[in-house]
Amino acid sequence: MAGAVSALFLLDIKGRVLVWRDYRGDVSAVQAERFFTKLIEKEADPESHSPVVHDDGVAYMFIQHNNVFLLTAARQNCNAASILLFLHRVVDVFKHYFEELEEESLRDNFVVVYELLDEMMDFGYPQYTEAKILSEFIKTDAYRMEVTQRPPMAVTNAVSWRSEGIRYKKNEVFLDVVESVNILVNSNGQIIRSDVVGALKMRTYLSGMPECKLGLNDRVLLEAQGRATKGKAIDLDDIKFHQCVRLARFENDRTISFIPPDGAFDLMTYRLSTQVKPLIWVEAQVEKHSRSRIELMVKARSQFKERSTATNVEIEVPVPADSTNPNIRTSMGSAAYAPENDALVWKIKSFPGGKEYMCRAEFSLPSITAEEGAPEKKAPIRVKFEIPYFTVSGIQVRYLKIIEKSGYQALPWVRYITMAGEYELRLI
Amino acid sequence: MSGHDSKYFSTTKKGEIPELKEELNSQYKDKRKDAVKKVIAAMTVGKDVSSLFTDVVNCMQTENLELKKLVYLYLINYAKSQPDLAILAVNTFVKDSQDPNPLIRALAVRTMGCIRVDKITEYLCDPLQRCLKDDDPYVRKTAAICVAKLYDINAELVEDRGFLENLKDLISDNNPMVVANAVAALAEIQENSASPIFEITSHTLSKLLTALNECTEWGQVFILDALARYKAPDAREAENIVERVTPRLQHANCAVVLSAVKMILLQMEIITSTDVIRNLCKKMAPPLVTLLSAEPEIQYVALRNINLIVQKRPTILSHEIKVFFCKYNDPIYVKMEKLEIMIKLASDRNIDQVLLEFKEYATEVDVDFVRKAVRAIGRCAIKLDRAAERCISVLLELIKIKVNYVVQEAIIVIKDIFRRYPNTYESIIATLCESLDTLDEPEAKASMIWIIGEYAERIDNADELLESFLETFPEEPAMVQLQLLTATVKLFLKKPTDVPQQMIQAVLNNATVETDNPDLRDRAYIYWRLLSTDPEAAKDIVLAEKPVISDDSNLLEPSLLDELLANIATLSSVYHKPPEVFVTRAKVVTAKTDEEEYLDGNSETAYSETPSHVVSGGSPTASASAVASTSQPASRAPPTGPAAPLPDLLGDLIGMDNSAVVPADDPATPSAPPLPVLVPSSTGQGLQISAQLVRHEGQIFYSLLFENGSQVALDGFMIQFNKNSFGLAAGAPLQVPAIQPGTSARTLVPMNLFQNIMPGPPSSLLQVAVKNNQQPVWYFSDKIPLHVFFSEDGKMERSIFLEDLTNSVIHSIDATVEHLAASNVFFVAKRRNANKEVLYLSTKIPRGIPFLIEITAGLGVPGVKCAIKTPNPEYAPIFFEAMETLLV
Repeated sequence: MAGAVSALFLLDIKGRVLVWRDYRGDVSAVQAERFFTKLIEKEADPESHSPVVHDDGVAYMFIQHNNVFLLTAARQNCNAASILLFLHRVVDVFKHYFEELEEESLRDNFVVVYELLDEMMDFGYPQYTEAKILSEFIKTDAYRMEVTQRPPMAVTNAVSWRSEGIRYKKNEVFLDVVESVNILVNSNGQIIRSDVVGALKMRTYLSGMPECKLGLNDRVLLEAQGRATKGKAIDLDDIKFHQCVRLARFENDRTISFIPPDGAFDLMTYRLSTQVKPLIWVEAQVEKHSRSRIELMVKARSQFKERSTATNVEIEVPVPADSTNPNIRTSMGSAAYAPENDALVWKIKSFPGGKEYMCRAEFSLPSITAEEGAPEKKAPIRVKFEIPYFTVSGIQVRYLKIIEKSGYQALPWVRYITMAGEYELRLI
Repeated sequence: MSGHDSKYFSTTKKGEIPELKEELNSQYKDKRKDAVKKVIAAMTVGKDVSSLFTDVVNCMQTENLELKKLVYLYLINYAKSQPDLAILAVNTFVKDSQDPNPLIRALAVRTMGCIRVDKITEYLCDPLQRCLKDDDPYVRKTAAICVAKLYDINAELVEDRGFLENLKDLISDNNPMVVANAVAALAEIQENSASPIFEITSHTLSKLLTALNECTEWGQVFILDALARYKAPDAREAENIVERVTPRLQHANCAVVLSAVKMILLQMEIITSTDVIRNLCKKMAPPLVTLLSAEPEIQYVALRNINLIVQKRPTILSHEIKVFFCKYNDPIYVKMEKLEIMIKLASDRNIDQVLLEFKEYATEVDVDFVRKAVRAIGRCAIKLDRAAERCISVLLELIKIKVNYVVQEAIIVIKDIFRRYPNTYESIIATLCESLDTLDEPEAKASMIWIIGEYAERIDNADELLESFLETFPEEPAMVQLQLLTATVKLFLKKPTDVPQQMIQAVLNNATVETDNPDLRDRAYIYWRLLSTDPEAAKDIVLAEKPVISDDSNLLEPSLLDELLANIATLSSVYHKPPEVFVTRAKVVTAKTDEEEYLDGNSETAYSETPSHVVSGGSPTASASAVASTSQPASRAPPTGPAAPLPDLLGDLIGMDNSAVVPADDPATPSAPPLPVLVPSSTGQGLQISAQLVRHEGQIFYSLLFENGSQVALDGFMIQFNKNSFGLAAGAPLQVPAIQPGTSARTLVPMNLFQNIMPGPPSSLLQVAVKNNQQPVWYFSDKIPLHVFFSEDGKMERSIFLEDLTNSVIHSIDATVEHLAASNVFFVAKRRNANKEVLYLSTKIPRGIPFLIEITAGLGVPGVKCAIKTPNPEYAPIFFEAMETLLV
């Protein structure tokens, strides 16, 4: 079952090696480079290629970030999920260090890159990927002077995500409850899939080693405590916790207890698969006139309570690639043709509940196409929006207790927001 | 925090290496550090800077941690090319491994382990020993991995120095990270060792489960993966384990979730309570669904695994089909996998919605995806008979869109639907015929022609339709030609009128005289002869009712499925192939086998279990003469050295890799039973040869006895084996001293397996040729007693055995358990049935082919019933021969 990778490569967009770290000496850079450049040449779009490829006894796994490929080569049956996830974490760490991970930043920081690759992985086994703690003992030139010459306790501690001795004058916690609504409506106007993915995003500025306890209106917990649950409690389908949360404890009595990392992190994510009414419903009628002109009529309706307001609404309606001469009118907001996306983009700054707006557009289609040409790319209508002070699930943070041995008082700030996730309505 | 290292990549005009050399030896620290950076930069872009080895190593002794790391990095890269100079670094390494700073101690041990130079490894032992017991957990966790590194370079050294014991002690370490790395190291060492090193007892189990709660996410994956090997002794313990592992399903790290799912699925095999199982299935569904919100690459791995999971436990996700609907922006590799799972989860309940989706996908732009979607509709039709009609109507709608490749794909699947539901949906043939002239792909054409031929009697103008294809017969691909031939014959048999008669003559002429394709010609001749001798028989044969097909194209064998499920999250589960098929450790890379050929990442072809190992031998003539000249009594053959194939006696030279050469004077024990005489002295000009295959300590030998009854001394003996079913070949030259008249010589020839395998059904025939310098070549035939292949690891789980032993009974004779055990036939259980004794036994022959045996006999009554069960039934006849021999 055991398995580790042989080497990790950072490659440029053409598949040439920028930096690599050999962990086992059984896959050469030449071999990997030859394979990968061929793969890229063959595939016009490497993103369409499955991320696990086998060639000549070597398993290659890769992800892409900007103009850089991260690639591992392995000769063993290693844990593919773990390695691919590790590559994503490597991206996060590099981003933490260099702000952006791209070819240039790798060249500019190759010394640190080597140091990090040495620390994050040993003999092909993922070791440590907490960017914040890593930067306490591996620093770029500018910060080189303050290097701690010892590995921070956190590297090997049970609490591997937080260092000791953090001090703030003002102890504060910001908690954002962000819910993304994913919806898929088919061309018959039927909702075929809808779910809500929520995240509790925390930013902590707390001194010492604070013990936190979070209370939600979780039905299972409230019922276990024998409290009344008239309509306030909610069912969370699948909850995923940041590694700081004590999972065994949660399994036991549904208590969410943890020592938080310093700074921003996602405390938990959850999913609700109950059918939700689409918050913003969009209908588009498309009429093609004699293959030279197209008329769109788009209707958008907000289906939430009047006291809430959606902001930054953006509705993207696909139009044929050869559209020109747009003629657009809207009853609210502004709409424009975005030829780079082959779409009509209609933006409404503020969209109160229970309202309906219209947008009409007309385009010329200069291209001459065969009667029975290949089908056009059928992109769906996509919608973006944000609704502050509102959650679809009705989740509520009942309390956030923070206990630290120095006994300070910390202020938790809680904010709720709902936004569109993958919000797609297929055109007829 | 951006750096400016890119300046180190720029080069000066002047000779680079001398300049760097100068800077490396500068008296200024900063200049030296910059120079090392430049060296590393040069190394990074692939320039050879190994000539600066001494100068760089001189910079190693420094307080500056960054500089030290760079020098170490240089060493890892170049020590191998300069092993003699690498020794210069040893002192500093050893010193650093005792540095007061744990960061430096760990760095030293970590780097030394990466330098794969024998001389350095010797010096690594003492520092490693110390670091394994270091006070700082950071050093211990690094040392734990280092043991695995050392084992990879020199396994013996690790065993001799007791590092394995140290490593096992670390499992009880109080630091979770150290435990996790120790587990990873032990698991890897176990993988590469035949002896049991890392056995998980219930004690270690509870230790590891505790560590699970505290170590980093990566460490949790190591531990969960290692524990997947643990088999709980009973349902209660299995439930306990599951209880401890279930909280991991809530972890944000997808790899932890998948490894936890693996653990739970494995324990579910042991758990008996259906309530618990149902509950677990319910618990696993949401985390599996959530995996689809991860990064696309992770989604891909998750989907490949879910594909396996739904085959084993379809209930887990039976209500979740909607989450597998494709999103517009999903990468194509994710869409393809989702489609596969949608087919698996499609049921009468959800088929309407699924069909709507498939129809939607069939109008997208990516051609491969569209084709797969159309095929998916067909597969659903074959799978769900109540939905077949709806599937067909969707296919017809798609045909009406008239997109060329959609039409062709639809016709291919409709042909399969006809084969699944014969005589049900012919009414649509007319619609299909409308698209006839747009078909240009061979498979679609062949499918359409098959349909016309199969239903010729119901298509009024079948002859016209076929005729239109016939015009281009010579240019068509073979697949189409074959179908045309068959379809025309069918048409002729169904409507023996004028037009078909002319057609059949044209086709047969085309397919016999005018073609170079032997398959086509053979088929045409068979039809021709059938039609000309007995048209009625032809009718019976050609128009016979065909068996109905079913959709099992993408289902895996249960045993393979179980193996893959034990490998969830690993590459094996992504490829849907067991690890041994693709794992090529660097050490075995040189002896590459054909196995890799059928491994191309994405192919969905079923895994074949018959790799052919063909290892070519050394230069035949040169080594043959060497053997001839050194055929004097040599007491000990060189243990390594090149394989020495013998002269090509049987016209079939076999290559050898002499893995185990046994000295000729090794006991062919005097008490050994007499060998059967194969060449009697009467035919052997006085030389009598007796021989038999025997098994001795896990190795197969050919035991030979030469008795010289002739008047002359015989020397220069050589032996050669002809191709046989087991690929048996001599593993070493025959070593027989000169045999004086009236004396004899015994010898054992070590045998190799699977060297040159004779194709065809297995046979026990072994053809042998022996020659010496004085006589002609003696050819004789021996029987391969299958029982010599019964391997020591042929023991089998009792539960599997009892389950497997349900049918098939054949006859044979009587015996005792001990006797059989001596031949590696292992006793499993016995019971009494009326006045008969029933014995259950198991054994195994190479390539892991197991045999399960049931012997039924009355005590003292001659005549024994023997039933066996094996995945390779073709071995049954020779297996019974072997049992007969053993049970005399």
